[in-house]
This record gives sequence, structure tokens and C-alpha cells, in this order.
Amino acid sequence: MEELILSRIQFAANISFHILFPTITIALGWVLLFFKLRFNATGDDRWMAAYHFWVKIFALSFGLGVVSGITMSFQFGTNWPGFMETVGNVAGPLLAYEVLTAFFLEAAFLGIMLFGARRVPNWLHTLATFLVAFGTTISAFWILVLNSWMHTPAGFELRDGVVHATDWMAIIFNPSMPYRLVHMLLASGLTVAFLIAGISAYRRLIGDRSKGVRLTLKTGVWLAAILIPLQILAGDMHGLNTLEHQPQKVAAMEGNWETGSNVPLLLFAWPDEEARENRFEIGIPDGASLILTHDPEGIVPGLNDFYAEDGAALHPPVAPVFWSFRVMVGTGVLMLLISWATVIAMRGGSAVDRLNPWVLRALAAMTFSGWLATLAGWYTTEIGRQPWLVQGVLTTEAAVADVPAPMIATTLAAYLIVYAVLLLAYVMVIFRLARKASSDASVRPHSGAAQVALVPAE
Amino acid sequence: MTLFGDPAVWLPLAFAALMGVSILVYVVLDGFDLGVGLLLPLGDEAEKDRMIAAIGPFWDANETWLVLAVGLLLVAFPAAHGAILTALYLPVAVMLIGLILRGVAFEFRAKTTGRMKTRWNWAFFAGSLSASLSQGYMLGLYIMGLEHTAATIAFGVLTAVCLTAGYGFIGATWLIIKSEGALQLKAIAWARRRLWGVIIGLGAVSLASPLVSERIFDKWFSFPSMILLAPLPLMSALLVFILWTALKHLPAEDDKWSWVPFSATSALFLMAFSGLAYSFYPYVVPEKLTLYESASAPESLFIILLGALFVLPVIIGYTVLAYTVFRGKATELRYD
Ligand code: HDD
Ligand code: HEM
Ligand code: HEM
Repeated sequence: MEELILSRIQFAANISFHILFPTITIALGWVLLFFKLRFNATGDDRWMAAYHFWVKIFALSFGLGVVSGITMSFQFGTNWPGFMETVGNVAGPLLAYEVLTAFFLEAAFLGIMLFGARRVPNWLHTLATFLVAFGTTISAFWILVLNSWMHTPAGFELRDGVVHATDWMAIIFNPSMPYRLVHMLLASGLTVAFLIAGISAYRRLIGDRSKGVRLTLKTGVWLAAILIPLQILAGDMHGLNTLEHQPQKVAAMEGNWETGSNVPLLLFAWPDEEARENRFEIGIPDGASLILTHDPEGIVPGLNDFYAEDGAALHPPVAPVFWSFRVMVGTGVLMLLISWATVIAMRGGSAVDRLNPWVLRALAAMTFSGWLATLAGWYTTEIGRQPWLVQGVLTTEAAVADVPAPMIATTLAAYLIVYAVLLLAYVMVIFRLARKASSDASVRPHSGAAQVALVPAE
Repeated sequence: MTLFGDPAVWLPLAFAALMGVSILVYVVLDGFDLGVGLLLPLGDEAEKDRMIAAIGPFWDANETWLVLAVGLLLVAFPAAHGAILTALYLPVAVMLIGLILRGVAFEFRAKTTGRMKTRWNWAFFAGSLSASLSQGYMLGLYIMGLEHTAATIAFGVLTAVCLTAGYGFIGATWLIIKSEGALQLKAIAWARRRLWGVIIGLGAVSLASPLVSERIFDKWFSFPSMILLAPLPLMSALLVFILWTALKHLPAEDDKWSWVPFSATSALFLMAFSGLAYSFYPYVVPEKLTLYESASAPESLFIILLGALFVLPVIIGYTVLAYTVFRGKATELRYD
């Protein structure tokens, strides 16, 4: 039992750490391609300066993504041998395709993208940037196919308790895959949009008046303002899909105990699993019914339907799912307000200069908000699947490795220390790079091709 | 699908071969960049930057071969993946933390100066060291049949030290290609000093594996395999001799022959690896699980094989492109 809990915490810690960096690299790759293409089209070297600044952060994030990803590929064997033994025939090919199509693509062209600008023709450098962005997106595609399949398995049959693939199209395009993919890609775009806007706002706040920063601030804010409504829409549709396939998860997200109509949308509550009820409820009448069925009379599933004969719960732990869902949605609403407020405040020509410092401070405070929402979203999804590892096929308990608990505890402690240090170093280095770029920008004359050559090597 | 006979027979074999190739490529490629990490404290400040620059554009792609090797073990032989990795739980964790440290130290050191940079340099060294030691230790325990007794652990410690020396050695031979002047001279000296570690390691492994298992002993020391296999040790001895001579005479005029030690070392690793593969075939988990017993279903393997056959040539193609773009002596790394 202890092994199970420790293995789960260890897996959750490792994958939470890993996901932080792909979330940034998936979208930042495309933003870098955008900078590069703008530079190719206009010859304006502020775009290239933006490229040079953000490519450093890309390299750093990519490095962290790679090393934490390598940890992930060992995790299945070290902690969840039952996973591959049962569903390996499906999970195996998907993971293999990820390594073959994506990792090598990224890894080989990354070198050219980062260090090759002077060694290869410009078109090849642009192509390398594209291929790296493309590769990270393909990675996300394959891994999300696998993850979605774990939530909504399809295209397989069980023989002697082992999953065998019968229809690869059904496996790849399983019912929740399109929603999860779109929602995750948008999440990545938003994370990067707020990162760019936040760091640029920070650079303005410390007195950087350069045009390059004005440009990246605008890019970040506009990207955020465009993506967040799409994300809310995608999230809503994702929720409807979940309602169809994993009603117990939606019941936990809504904190709803009794199946019925006119279910309120809870803004705050303290779910109590012992008593099977919520304390301190504050809600909007009919809200949940309206959102989930688009009808105030609509029926919303309740947790009480998910108990076995002997009273054992067949639904996920309620409080963590309920709360992480609210953190995600809350962050999303905040993103909407701040990005649109900034867009409205920026109307007109030299608008960035007239931005109220409080707007800049708000943007700077939101720098890593994408991480918060992404993690909260994943916690909703993954904890909401419990007690299943693969919905309806394999329980988490059945997959765990038989490794002594103290061993897991020791390695877990080591991972956590390393992760804490690295996270701190990562954030500090990003702000340090920002300060350095800004102080360099203030001593150097603007425009002119010379500037590109002067960007220091780091 | 019956084109080559029963797929349940040749598919696992094909995957074992693919996995073997990935492990070998990994050991050579990541071997040299881990090795450069091991040598890092021996260079002065400017040399450290050069040494890092010599592996900068490559290390990431090199580690991807580890992901492929473990991935193939995972997807093609799931039962073996579980058995091996749970038996090696602690060294795997140590290796992973080592790889994490060096991968990030690589990025962080480039973005700081002064004391912080010194610290990241140490992290880079420490990460390379713990990754190399734990890989060597795992090799030793694997040869010993994944048993944990005082003797097997002692053997693991020996292989740990020898593999670390071996990585340092191949790292130094890589630097001989990538550097010039004083640093190249240093690299030659580093290589000379580590050649002994390589020889002891090869000897220890060659002696130990037949002694541990009667099956392996019979495979090597029976007629006619003894004659058929003779080229393997003979070639290895020849390669060691070439290395020894080359290191004595380098550097040559116009930087001629500087590629010899690295190539010879790669060939030597190939020999050692073939020997091991021959010894353990058909087992994936020594003496416990054969590759047939632990293989995934043929349909799934077939799907992966299709992908692999299509993609591997492409991967090799652009790996060659990357190595061509960054050929020549290492210069300062710049993000432009
Ligand atoms: C920037 C990140 C971000 C933001 C602002 C939002 N989400 Fe989200 N959400 C994610 C990032 C995310 C995610 C991390 O990407 C998840 C986890 C798994 C997945 O595919 O997407 C996710 C999962 C997720 C799920 C769980 C699906 C399941 O059952 O597996 C639902 C229902 C929503 N989201 C709905 C929303 C709604 C209604 C939002 C409105 C504000 C919202 N999300 C904003
Ligand atoms: C897409 C690939 C993913 C796969 C294949 C995957 C697979 C798994 C597996 C094998 C477990 C172990 C079972 C358990 O611990 O209960 C798990 C649980 C978990 N995962 Fe995921 N996961 C993925 C993505 C993510 C991401 C990106 C996050 C977070 C950012 C995440 C967060 C969690 C958490 C918090 C748990 C623990 C749930 C619990 O124990 O209550 N997962 N997932
Ligand atoms: C259990 C699940 C996972 C495993 C085994 C895994 C494994 C890996 C590995 C080994 C790498 C390094 C590849 C390289 O050498 O370049 C990597 C990187 C990456 N992963 Fe994961 N990963 C998992 C979960 C996820 C999730 C949930 C996502 C996103 C939705 C994701 C997206 C990526 C991307 C885009 C990269 C490449 C970019 C980067 O390294 O920053 N992975 N992953």
C-alpha cells in the first residue's frame, strides 16, 4: 500500500516537472519561427534580437525537457511494470513512434537551430527552426494520443488479460484525443504568450525602452488575447466529451453528489467524502446544468451513483479534482481579463509607452500563470481517472512495481530536491537574462545591422 | 508476413538487433560527451569552454539513443524492461539524476559567470561522473545475472570504474579530433593515462562472464566456436595496439591521423559489445528470460518495425548532416 502511494507521488512529481518544459518549448518553437520569418520578410533586426533573446530561453527549457523526459521513459519500468505488461501492445508502438518521429527530429536539428546560424545558409537555419517546432508538436501529439487512450480506450481487445490492438485508427483517434490535443496545444500557446508578455513587461518596468521589447510585449499580449477565448471554448467542449465518457470525473469536478436537474455551478465548497456532501457551498443556481447540457433543467451525474454494493467508492477522490479544476478555470478567467484589458489599453500608435505601470505589473505577475493552469488541468484529468490507470481496463494498484518503500522514498526525496533547485535556477536565470539583455540594450545604439552581430554569445 | 518465415521468430530477433545497435551507438556517442564531462576539471577556464563547445551541438541527439534503446526494451520486451529496471532501481535513479544534472548544467553554465559558473562546471562533472559510474555498475550487475551479493557488487564496482575510464578515454580521443594546440596535447596525455582502464575493463568482463555462467563458458570454449570466434579477441588486441601506437606518436604534422584514436576506440567498443551480445543471446534477462519469452505481440512489433525501417535511414541522414555542419575544430559556441 505504501509502495503504491509513494510510486504515485513519485510519478506525479516527475511528470509534473517534465510537463513544465515541453509546455514552453512546443509553442515557443513556433513563436521563434514567427520571429525568424518576420525578420526574413522585413529585414528589421529587432525581430532577430527578439529571436536571439528567446532562443536562449528555448534552449534552456529544451535541455530541462530532455533530461526530465529521459527520467519519464525509465519510470514505466521502474515503477509501473504492470502498465506495459497489460497495455504494452498499444502503448509500446505509440511511444516508439514518438521517439522515432519526433525526438530525433528535434534533437538533430536543435544543434543547427541553436548554434548553426553562421554555419549554414539562412534558409537551412529557418528550416531547422521549423523542424524543431514541428518535432516538439509531433511529440506532444503521440504522447497525448497515448494519454487520451488511457482515458477513453478504443480499438483493442483483451486476450488472457492482455490488451491486443485491433484497429490502430480507432486507437489513435480515440474519442477524447482531438479535445485533449487542442486543449493542450492552446495551453502551451497561452503559457508562452504570458511568459513573453510577462518578461517583456518586466523589462519595461526596469526601464528598458527599446523597440524590441515593445514588439515582444505586443506579440505576447495579442497572442494571449486571441488564444484565451479559444481555450475557454475548447475547455467547455472537452468537458462535454468527458461528461460522455467519464461521468464520475465530471461529478467530482462539479462537486455534485446527487444526479439530477437544476444543478448549481459551485464557486466554493468543501467536499466531504465521509458524509457524502459539501460544506460551505456558494454557487450559481442552475449553472452546472446550463454549462454541461446547455439547459437549466439538464441532468448532471452525481457521485452517489458511483459506489459499489459494499460501499467502496468507484469515483475519484473529490476534493483534489474539484479544487484543481477551479484553479485552472480561475486562472483562465484571470488570463481573459488581463489580456483583454491590456489590448484595450494599448489602442493607438505608441500605446505601449502609455501603459499604466500597474498593467505592466499585472502582466509581470502573470509570467508563469500558464504553468499553474496547465498543472491544475493535468491534475484534474489524471486524478479524475483514479482508481483507474487505463479507464475500465487496468487499475493503478494492479500496475505498481514491487519495490521496497524506503527505496522509493529515498529516490523521491532526491528527485524533489533536484527539481526544487532546478526550478529556482530556471526562473532566476530567465530574469537574469532579461536584466542583462535590457542593460545591454541601453548602452548600445539602436537599429543597424551591427546590432545583430553584437548580441553576446551565451 | 510469412515472407521471411514465422514473424514470431524473426521479429523479436530483429528488435533485439535494433536495440543492440542503439545501445552500441549510445555508448559510443554519449560515451564521448560523458567523457568530456569527466575530463572537464582537468582543463583551465578557456579550455573548459572549448571542451564544452566540442560537444555542444551533439549531446542532445546523443542521449536520444538512450531513449531509443530503453524505448525499444520497453516496447519490444516489456516483461524484461520491468524485471531489469526494478532490479536496478537505485543505480537507474542515480544515473537519471546524473544525466539531469549534466544536461542542465550545460545550459546554465553558459548563462552565468563567476562563482555560479564554477558551480555549474562542478555539477557538469559530478553529473557525468555519477551517470558513468552507475552505467558501469549496471553493466557489471547485468553480467552477474542481476544478483545482489557481495561478490557481484564488487564486480559492479570494478566495471563502474573501468567504464568510467573508458568514457574518459573515448572523450579524450574525441577532443583530439576537435581541439588543437595545448588542449590537444593535453587530450593525448589524458587518453594515454586511461588506456589502462580500458584494457583492465575489457579483460575483467571477458574473464568474468564465462566464469559466472556455464552456458556462456560452453558457448566460447567449445569446438568449433573457439576457432570461429578467435577473430574477436585478436581484432581487439590489434585495436589496442593501434591505439597505443597512435597515442605515442600523435600529434602528427598537419593534424594528420587525429581521427585514428576515436575510430579505433569505436571499433573496440563494437568488438566488446559483439562479444557480450554473443554471450547473452538468446537471453534478455540473463539466464531468466529469453527474448522470445518477453517479446510483445507480433502485430504490435510489426507496426513499430514499419515505422523504424522508414525513419531510421532518415535519422541517420540528418545525424550525418548535423555532424557535417559542425565538423572541424571546435570554436566558440554562439547562439547565432
Ligand atoms: C493554460 C492552460 C489552461 C487553461 C487556461 C485552461 N485549461 Fe483546461 N486543461 C489544461 C490547460 C488549461 C491542460 C493542462 O492542458 C489539460 C489537462 C489535460 C488536457 O488535455 O488538458 C486541461 C484539462 C481540462 C479538462 C479535463 C478534461 C478531462 O476530463 O480529461 C477540462 C474539462 C478543461 N480543461 C476545461 C477548461 C475550461 C472550461 C477552461 C476555461 C477557462 C480551461 N480548461 C482553461
Ligand atoms: C501524456 C502522458 C501521460 C501519461 C502516459 C500519464 C500516465 C500516468 C500514469 C502511468 C500514472 C500513474 C498512476 C498514478 O500515479 O495514479 C499517472 C498519474 C498521474 N499523472 Fe499522468 N500521465 C501523463 C500526463 C500527465 C501530466 C502532464 C501530468 C501533470 C502535469 C500528470 C499528472 C499526473 C498525476 C498528478 C498523477 C497522480 C494521480 C493520482 O495518483 O491520484 N500526468 N499518469
Ligand atoms: C509518460 C509520459 C512521458 C514520457 C515517457 C516522456 C518522455 C520524453 C522524453 C524521453 C523526452 C526527451 C526527448 C529528447 O531526447 O529530445 C521528452 C521530451 C518531450 N516531451 Fe515528454 N514524456 C512524457 C510526457 C509528456 C507529455 C504529457 C507531453 C506533452 C503534452 C510531452 C511532450 C514532450 C515534448 C514536446 C518534448 C520535446 C521538447 C522538449 O524536450 O522540451 N511529454 N519526453
